Amino acid sequence: MKELLLIFVPAFGAALAVIWPSDRTRPWLLPTVGIVHVVLSLWLLIAPPDVSPQAWLGFDPLARAVLPAVSLLFMACAAYGVSYLRVRAERPNRVFVALLLLVLALLSAGHQARHLGLLWITTEAVTLAAVPLLHFNATPRAFEATWKYLLVGGTGVALSLLGSFCLGYASLYGGGEGNLTFVALTAQGVGLSRPWVLTAWVLLLVGYGTKMGLAPMHTWKPDAYGEAPGIVGAILAGGVTTVAFTALLRVRMVVDAAGQGAIADRTLLVIGMFSMVVAALFLLGTRDMKRMLAYSSVEHMGILVIGAGFGKLGVGAALFHVWSNSLTKGALFLSVGNINRAAGGRTMDQVGGMSALTPYSAAIFVAGLFAVTACPPFGPFFSELAMVRAGFASSHGAVVGVLLGCLLFAFFGLTRLVFAIVDGRPRMASKASGKLFPETAGIIVPALGLMALSIWVGIATPTVLCEAWAAAVKQLFPVP
Amino acid sequence: MNPMLNLLIGLAMGLNLLALGSGRLPAVIRAVSVQGMALGLMPILMESHFDWLVSLVAVFTVGVKGFVIPHLLRRATRAANVERENEPFIGFVPSLMLGAGGTIAAVALSQALPLLPEHAGSLLVPGAIASVLTGFVMLIGRAKAISQVCGYLILENGIYLFGLLLIKSTPLLVDAGILLDLTVGIFVIGIIVDRIQRAFDSLDTRKLTVLRE
Repeated sequence: MKELLLIFVPAFGAALAVIWPSDRTRPWLLPTVGIVHVVLSLWLLIAPPDVSPQAWLGFDPLARAVLPAVSLLFMACAAYGVSYLRVRAERPNRVFVALLLLVLALLSAGHQARHLGLLWITTEAVTLAAVPLLHFNATPRAFEATWKYLLVGGTGVALSLLGSFCLGYASLYGGGEGNLTFVALTAQGVGLSRPWVLTAWVLLLVGYGTKMGLAPMHTWKPDAYGEAPGIVGAILAGGVTTVAFTALLRVRMVVDAAGQGAIADRTLLVIGMFSMVVAALFLLGTRDMKRMLAYSSVEHMGILVIGAGFGKLGVGAALFHVWSNSLTKGALFLSVGNINRAAGGRTMDQVGGMSALTPYSAAIFVAGLFAVTACPPFGPFFSELAMVRAGFASSHGAVVGVLLGCLLFAFFGLTRLVFAIVDGRPRMASKASGKLFPETAGIIVPALGLMALSIWVGIATPTVLCEAWAAAVKQLFPVP
Repeated sequence: MNPMLNLLIGLAMGLNLLALGSGRLPAVIRAVSVQGMALGLMPILMESHFDWLVSLVAVFTVGVKGFVIPHLLRRATRAANVERENEPFIGFVPSLMLGAGGTIAAVALSQALPLLPEHAGSLLVPGAIASVLTGFVMLIGRAKAISQVCGYLILENGIYLFGLLLIKSTPLLVDAGILLDLTVGIFVIGIIVDRIQRAFDSLDTRKLTVLRE
């Protein structure tokens, strides 16, 4: 029952936001729903419910292993949202608040979807619900970004629908009765028709890969993250990509059961490495801090699918990385949002010396830089260490080499840009806009909280989380 | 397999080529609308006996794909005052050739995939692949936002055709959910097209080039 509340509470909050009369008090719905959601998801994390095998929706081990991270991220973004919408009082926020809550409801449903069709419906719905969030700023640039997001993302979800149909037909051809829950598909195993399973895998990898932002389907990402408000970017980078990643893990499980796991793993490794290389190259070139975050996200999505291709140990490390990446990215997006507003610009040509104007945000920004480039003591260091170990254990030394090399180049690219923005003397234009948007506790504390969570999840990983990840790995690899 | 069904799929494949070869936006929209109506009728033809729910879905599909969406697109063309696709990225003759080649490839490809006996004689799989390819050519090759939306619709129609293979085995709830999502998707696209028209005073996607590396 509690697992359904994870969906219904935010959905109810969204409905309430639509009828709520006041623009001034409406944003408070965000943290209210966020707190309830965090409490529910942590409760379910500690005391997981029984899931009936045939259920279409359920808080199964995989949902348990990642959904609380999304919930924590949303909570921080929701708290930030109250202050953010106060400084953006000139824009009506009815649609924004309602859709943000709807996105949370759909993300909760998508993580828990155990049916191929339902999974597609929820991911597509998330894609659509995010559209008005992207053009909240209503600039021509924002509409351009939204158009690219819609075309590329829409084609991606269309291909994943085609892939889902192919997987359904693989089951039908193999004598299945049209039961498209992942449990039934996995149970059918080698009975699934091989050509159809492989076709389905390619289409689903491209489709959900577009949603994750794997190269070469990542082209919407820099535009969308660049033009969307910081909280939307954080939720897209930490929540929406996560639901697509769990979708890929579930599909991989079926492909593995059908006896094609080796091919699936190889494609995952190749596309992951390609994403990392592309991201590293663009990180070396970009001069825009918000687009930088998008390329960094592409890189981390590459790390996730590489982990998924490393077998059991790698999937465990990838689930760990989902947590560390979501929390760290959240902190980065929020701090970059603050810097962007105060500086009145986004590129290193327009912005400089922000450590003088926004000292706290700049500090979080620099800490976040070290966190995403996997420096200790932040979460990503530990999760990527686990990933490297898994790579060596599954004798993929060359892939590990590429991964580490790309991390190094990403580090060069990121430090170049971050210190150009933080160091030096503030620009004249920024001094004026900095006064308009002073740093308040409301915009600093959420980012600090996410940063603290990122350190905590790395240094003192709670046993309940390790156990949840192990249970999810067991669910995804039923045959030892 | 039902010969009537194959006839409709053949019609849909012909409309693909018509959409690829035409430079006038109203003609392209008309092709997409007729294709949508043909697709909407197919579930009824596939059922041997009358079924309320299937008929309801069919009526809904014909209504949305055949009337509502084309109406929205026509309104957008009038508002933006665009009649023609002037300088497509891929010319009309090359895209027609691509479409024809794609159709042949689709027929060849569908021979390679194993099909259940009851689907063996039907054009569903080649029709689906050909429409998906046509959709891609239009998405990539056209510059006007409306043409790209038409391409997306044809792509979606191809996937719908493929979904008909599964219509007897998947619960109708799933079909309905998918259809609803697609419809909402098109409405959202329509709204964004409208906003782009207002923000840029044009529906030429070549003007959308601020954001790049």
